Amino acid sequence: MATTEERPIGFGRLTRKEDARFIRGQGRYVDDVQLPGMLHGAILRSPVAHARIVSIDAAPALQHPKVHAVITGKDLEAQGLAWMPTLSYDTQAVLATDKVRFQGQEVAFVIAEDRYSARDALELIEVEYDTLPAVVNARKALDPDAPVIRDDKEGQTNNHIFDWESGDRAATDEVFARADVVVEQDMLYPRSHPAPMETCGAVADYDKVSGKLTLWCNTQAPHAHRTVYALVAGLPEHKIRVISPDIGGGFGNKVPVYPGYVCAVVGSIVTGKPVKWVEDRSENLMSTGFARDYVMRGGIAATREGKILGIRVDVIADHGAFNATAQPTKYPAGFFNVFTGAYDIEAAHCHVRGVYTNKAPGGVAYACSFRVTEAVYLIERMVDCLADEVDIDPAELRLKNLLKPEQFPYECKTGWVYDSGDYETTLRKAMEMAGYEELRRDQAERRERGELMGIGVGFFIEAVGAGPRKHMDILGLGMNDGATLRVHPTGKAQLGISVQTQGQGHETTFAQIVAEELGIPPEDIDVIHGDTDTTPYGLGTYGSRSTPVSGAATALVARKVRERARIVASAMLEVAPEDLEWEKGRWFVRGDPEKGATIQDIAMAAHGAIELPEGVEGGLDAETVYDPPNLTFPFGAYICVVDVDPGTAEAKVRRFVAVDDCGTRINPMIVEGQIHGGLADGIGMALMEIIAFDEEGNCLGGSLMDYLIPTALECPDWETGSTVTPSPHHPIGAKGIGESATVGSPPTIVNAICDALAPYGVRHMDMPCTPARVWDAMHGKAAPPQ
Amino acid sequence: MQITMTINGEQYTREVESRMLLTHFIRDECGLTGTHWGCDTSNCGTCAVLMDGEPVKSCTVLAATAAGHQIRTVEGLEVDGVLDPVQEGFSAEHGLQCGFCTPGMMLTARALLDHNPNPSEAEIREAISGQICRCTGYAMIVRSIEWAAAHPSAVEPVQEVNA
Repeated sequence: MATTEERPIGFGRLTRKEDARFIRGQGRYVDDVQLPGMLHGAILRSPVAHARIVSIDAAPALQHPKVHAVITGKDLEAQGLAWMPTLSYDTQAVLATDKVRFQGQEVAFVIAEDRYSARDALELIEVEYDTLPAVVNARKALDPDAPVIRDDKEGQTNNHIFDWESGDRAATDEVFARADVVVEQDMLYPRSHPAPMETCGAVADYDKVSGKLTLWCNTQAPHAHRTVYALVAGLPEHKIRVISPDIGGGFGNKVPVYPGYVCAVVGSIVTGKPVKWVEDRSENLMSTGFARDYVMRGGIAATREGKILGIRVDVIADHGAFNATAQPTKYPAGFFNVFTGAYDIEAAHCHVRGVYTNKAPGGVAYACSFRVTEAVYLIERMVDCLADEVDIDPAELRLKNLLKPEQFPYECKTGWVYDSGDYETTLRKAMEMAGYEELRRDQAERRERGELMGIGVGFFIEAVGAGPRKHMDILGLGMNDGATLRVHPTGKAQLGISVQTQGQGHETTFAQIVAEELGIPPEDIDVIHGDTDTTPYGLGTYGSRSTPVSGAATALVARKVRERARIVASAMLEVAPEDLEWEKGRWFVRGDPEKGATIQDIAMAAHGAIELPEGVEGGLDAETVYDPPNLTFPFGAYICVVDVDPGTAEAKVRRFVAVDDCGTRINPMIVEGQIHGGLADGIGMALMEIIAFDEEGNCLGGSLMDYLIPTALECPDWETGSTVTPSPHHPIGAKGIGESATVGSPPTIVNAICDALAPYGVRHMDMPCTPARVWDAMHGKAAPPQ
Repeated sequence: MQITMTINGEQYTREVESRMLLTHFIRDECGLTGTHWGCDTSNCGTCAVLMDGEPVKSCTVLAATAAGHQIRTVEGLEVDGVLDPVQEGFSAEHGLQCGFCTPGMMLTARALLDHNPNPSEAEIREAISGQICRCTGYAMIVRSIEWAAAHPSAVEPVQEVNA
């Protein structure tokens, strides 16, 4: 059972099993699903941000020869389906009945014979709107004269959603009062959008005879969706099958239940035929789950020598027209309160206030690890502001304040217990890879010549892998995940998991976990996922939770199989189970290594004719549900070099060094790919991506001509490195990596840009650092984006 | 209107509306779903196919415009069971994650290598700069194309009508 470099049996670099279909164009995405008699749906959307609906006349659309049905909010209201629950215990209109509350909101659903006719018919529906003033600026959402957006909710007299505090306000105030240095800074993490290359969509097929609904939908959480449909539509849960096929990127955009999915289901029930709905790019950018939109005021207190004492932050969180963020129930601001970061401090406090605005709903998406992105941006920018104030090199300031390895497990000032870390080693490695001292010398020389070179340093920690279930649930569903492992008589296996890949390579990584535990080659293990009829229940893939939660479930279910195999082997070898020892792939008799049985032989015996010990069932299958005892806390140190053109103010990332520590690396190739993707996200957010609005609430980022995403020309060749500090509470020590780089890279790049602009006296500027905005900052006019 | 075009060496004749986009013709009329669609505005390039050997974005080409032309899609990269080096390169160097942009990226890479068998990193980045990948951060796509350049085709070069 030798492991070779080419084909490791267990952990190691392994090309992906799923590539075989993707490189041949044989992936099966939701828009590839074609069913006999299938109809096509299209959504009529609001052209305005806030208006009362006076009337909707769908009759002309029904005259279209290829239109089968038009569904409006009034039709849904009759079935009690006009409103649906969100994942944050709020409600969201499926199709608007009383008012429209953001530009792009769903108003009517047309079902026609083909996608072109469905779109044509949208133009035939006449809607009269009585336009209302729009609330666009979150800072003004709670003004006494602000129009009330959610007047549908009983008792709602303003645009307030929640207030949430964490940490110790009094202790923090005390620390700030006695500190030598206090730096305060306003900053905005602008609204952005995950914009996966495949938009959201569904194909609903309701069978009237059996009463079974089959829903192909590119959701990151098929099991949770099934339960939501059961609760919303009253369909029996065993009569709902959600199939999440290949997904063309998710990044949190494909976690929520969207009105289009519900419309497709209703459409199939109404017409008796399968109905496909796939949104276009503008619909994706204008109506589905956006990210961030945190208006923050941070404060940092320190000694004159740069010892950080305390951190505090006030946030206005713009949740849009419906509070539809997907995060654990007890955490309305997600895990934002990890904003104390990697630093050893005395006190911390945050206050987050969520508000409604006339914008699309969402907020938790774009690889944000439940708002860890915003938290890391805040602390890493504040540390650089402090470095500027006390005139200490930002790398040195961080080294001075990082937690020490012997402090772990460490309970931070907002109550999280960090599992493990060796932060200084990681930062020093990044500095060495970057040639930090040399970079600073180079920068000094270039400044002499009038060049604007910036060096950005960032250190992030993440909190990923939700639950534990006693603390974390979504709509009351505990954040656990199951795994089933079936070992066939010939020793081949099938692993069923509850999480759903959107490109992370689960079919390979999870096979490698089983291979590591049982010694069955990865190519002999089929990983099935994304079908609620054939896979175990679990909450899905987001918040970097697949490896921390389902990866643990997979290791543990394989260990269950291994223990069963021991008993079978003891019967085969006629020795007591406790006299057997395991080496990867076989049980053998202690002291007599020649006498043993491979896992394949054991599998055959377990299904075979031998007599098993009393109380042992045949077969070699097992199942488990994993409840994580704690989150995992990946971390990393990033250093980037940015050049700003003094003439055009264009910022270009010249180098980016990323040293990540995600604990055990199952497949280093896949881990590196995850990091690369997140670093490109950072380029996007820091330099170009924003969903902006005008004063009337018109979305200014509604196409890829306006919402700019980095291409190969804006991205450097990433320089990556690693340290490995396993998680002590995870069965294989893995911490998760899917969102680390998206979290860590934006502040690193902004730190570099502000460093480049130091000769202009710029301490902070808000993202995106477009040439026009950098130009303004250089000329003393840095302002938050509109 | 009735149109005929050659896709991956096979003739397809269909009755279509004059406004039908090439991407929908390929996907819905011919059932070749390896060609994707992502933006409507020619920005993302997930719909890229080769028309007479040159990359085009099939979401902004009318099917009628493509009538009479040679189209090559991702399904046409593998010939007689032999993978194109570009396909092998993308797997060997982890040039794909979700796989959605991959067909367009691979076809652009094929066209690049047909014109320039040993492109520099800068030339590769330039060649794929009209296409967006949200997963990989591009470095491994670049390495995949470099891998393909270093392992030249075992298959006959593609016929280029306009070369």
